Amino acid sequence: MKSAKLLAATAFVAASGLNVSLASADELTLCWAAWDPANALVELSKEFETQSGHTMKFEFVPWPNFADRMLNELNSGGKLCDLLIGDSQWIGGGAENGHYVKLNEFFDKEGISMDDFAPATVYAYSTWPKGTPNYYALPAMGDANGWFYRKDWFAKPEIQEAFKAEHGRDLAPPKTQMELLQVAKFFQGREIDGQKRYGAAIFTERGSEGITMGATSAMYPFGFKYENTPGKYDMEGAVNSADAVAGLEFYKELYKTSTPPGYTDSYMEQSLDAFKSGQVAMAMNWFAFFPGLYADPDTGGDKIGFFVNPGQLKEASTLGGQGISVVAYSDKQDAALEYIKWFAQPSVQKKWWSLGGYSCHVSVLNDPNFADSAPFAADFLLAMDGVMDFWQEPAYAELLLAMQKRLHDYVVADKGTAQEALDKLIEDWTEVFEDEGKL
Amino acid sequence: MSDTPIDRVAKATPPSVASKIRGLSDRAIAWLFVLPTIFLLLAVNIFPLIWTINLSFTNFRANRPNREVDYIGLRNYERILTDEDIWLTMQATAHFLFWTIFFQVLIGFTLAWLINRKFKGNDLWTTLIVLPMMLSPAVVGNFWTFLYQPQIGLFNYGISFLTGIDPSSFQMIGDVTLAPWSIVIVDTWMWTPFVMLICLAGLRSIPDYIYEAAEIDRASQWRQFWTITIPMVLPFLMLAVLFRGIENFKMFDLVVQLTGGGPGSITELTSINLKREAFEKWRTGYASAYAIILFVTVFGLASIYVKALNKVKER
Repeated sequence: MKSAKLLAATAFVAASGLNVSLASADELTLCWAAWDPANALVELSKEFETQSGHTMKFEFVPWPNFADRMLNELNSGGKLCDLLIGDSQWIGGGAENGHYVKLNEFFDKEGISMDDFAPATVYAYSTWPKGTPNYYALPAMGDANGWFYRKDWFAKPEIQEAFKAEHGRDLAPPKTQMELLQVAKFFQGREIDGQKRYGAAIFTERGSEGITMGATSAMYPFGFKYENTPGKYDMEGAVNSADAVAGLEFYKELYKTSTPPGYTDSYMEQSLDAFKSGQVAMAMNWFAFFPGLYADPDTGGDKIGFFVNPGQLKEASTLGGQGISVVAYSDKQDAALEYIKWFAQPSVQKKWWSLGGYSCHVSVLNDPNFADSAPFAADFLLAMDGVMDFWQEPAYAELLLAMQKRLHDYVVADKGTAQEALDKLIEDWTEVFEDEGKL
Repeated sequence: MSDTPIDRVAKATPPSVASKIRGLSDRAIAWLFVLPTIFLLLAVNIFPLIWTINLSFTNFRANRPNREVDYIGLRNYERILTDEDIWLTMQATAHFLFWTIFFQVLIGFTLAWLINRKFKGNDLWTTLIVLPMMLSPAVVGNFWTFLYQPQIGLFNYGISFLTGIDPSSFQMIGDVTLAPWSIVIVDTWMWTPFVMLICLAGLRSIPDYIYEAAEIDRASQWRQFWTITIPMVLPFLMLAVLFRGIENFKMFDLVVQLTGGGPGSITELTSINLKREAFEKWRTGYASAYAIILFVTVFGLASIYVKALNKVKER
């Protein structure tokens, strides 16, 4: 009888165990953009698969189509993604339209503290309304727009000599936007190693977000801001201030005087191509690409250097990066939350950084060895100290498209003045906020 | 007794069919066959049209299904018709339409006229000429962005070879003046063969005896061309213009691949602008009104044109 009971108990436990493992073994789909860090995440997630028994499937969409594809998916209540690493600007729409699961309760239950993540990233990637303790994502990938340059060209004695003769100072990575323009102009059309080179590869893309991300990298340091008082939508005098106008005029000058011919619709890929093909001395792009650039056998290693977006009136960089959210339409939310719990662990975050992902965890960023762990790590910390982001409103797509149009019209198509472009931008944005009932 | 198409179908139906299905009249059987098509038409064309008209009077946004929808009267129409930027896209579309049709008809007819003259290798030339229209517009768009590339593009080198100017001194798709022409050139390159084929069909449909009679009457080649060839090909040409006009009014893929509507909004055609409003900004009500305005415009213009075409055919 005793043995029969034992056998029954064993059978029950075995059956329960089997049930548990069967019930919990889900296939999770994680959606993100198709770029270098996504490959690192695939590698990282193998550990999660081993530990949890879940299998991971990935849906990576090229950047130019990423927003369209994913926002359509969310708007239609699609079940394609269980986890989504969505752009920071989507957080407002994700929260207000019910696309993302609110994570506060889960964080409290699992002891995940937002204090363990860099405050700028929590503010930008996780909270809605901005700055309130309402979390819809875990900071996953810190990023900002930075710069890289041909260190080997900068070091050439004849180049150094020519620059000093022209500008009376040593050629070095620029510290201000005006220095950046000076250096870019210096390289424009210059012959190096028997080939004609150009100053800088910058963002001018019209279709998605390119020119906005590029131009704001110049406009923020010049003093551009979205509102006079945060949350009040009082844009007059902020968006079109004299400093903002100067910033936009500066970006146009940089575009007109220092970019390769035909550089009218260029974003991340074109910037990387221009640099890797040896066309330009400097290029702007997201820090996310820097590990890959450094590893490039032709233009990486000793030939490449990195610098943070130069300041002017103040230090500021355009924010990139994303948080990871659980999609509200997913049938596998428990397993998705398990992934987030696993991803939030300091040991996983350390590995994430070592594989090429930009961790936002303070245990990684505050590590005394972090700044020396990669040639761009110190600049990344500097950049994240002064990041500024675009509107994160639910109507962000409308706001972004309006800015894309006004900036491209002025910078690339020579239509009107910078003042007119920014004045019209306020009109466009006012209309959007009126429609939204916020003005 | 009425003489509707359905009645005519009913009359044409053999009695044996009706007799096999008891209780159903010939008329009912005819309806049975027609109903699926009518249902499909209603579901796919008529219902969406009515629904779009309804949405055009609202502030509905497809990405905010939970938001309250308000009827705002004619506000969307008023906004569109008074929006300076919309009129600029209309101008860009008109420029694109006019010049593509002009060049395609001119070159297409010339090519057809040349091909129609029997010569050795005639078939090979026809095959080579029609190749561009067999390609996907997306492929053509991508392909031409490389051709137009100021530093390595063959187009710029070709112009440089002919004129002696520096190939990297001009940008076809980045220059405000040249960009509208860059899309005209590519569309003309791709679709002239289509116009050529239609013209060729027209030319080959002219009976030889008409020319023989003209020869007997000692009509000059020039007179034969203007009094026989052109009038007899005209209905075909007008049909080609109608097809190309409708196609180019809704042009999207080729231009998106080539210029993305830029620089600025110089090449932003109405279809691109409409797509941005509907599926990027998600202003569904506004975009519905926009679509209705375009529909009425195209429908109106096409109706006038088809009447003219019928008059030409009757002559």
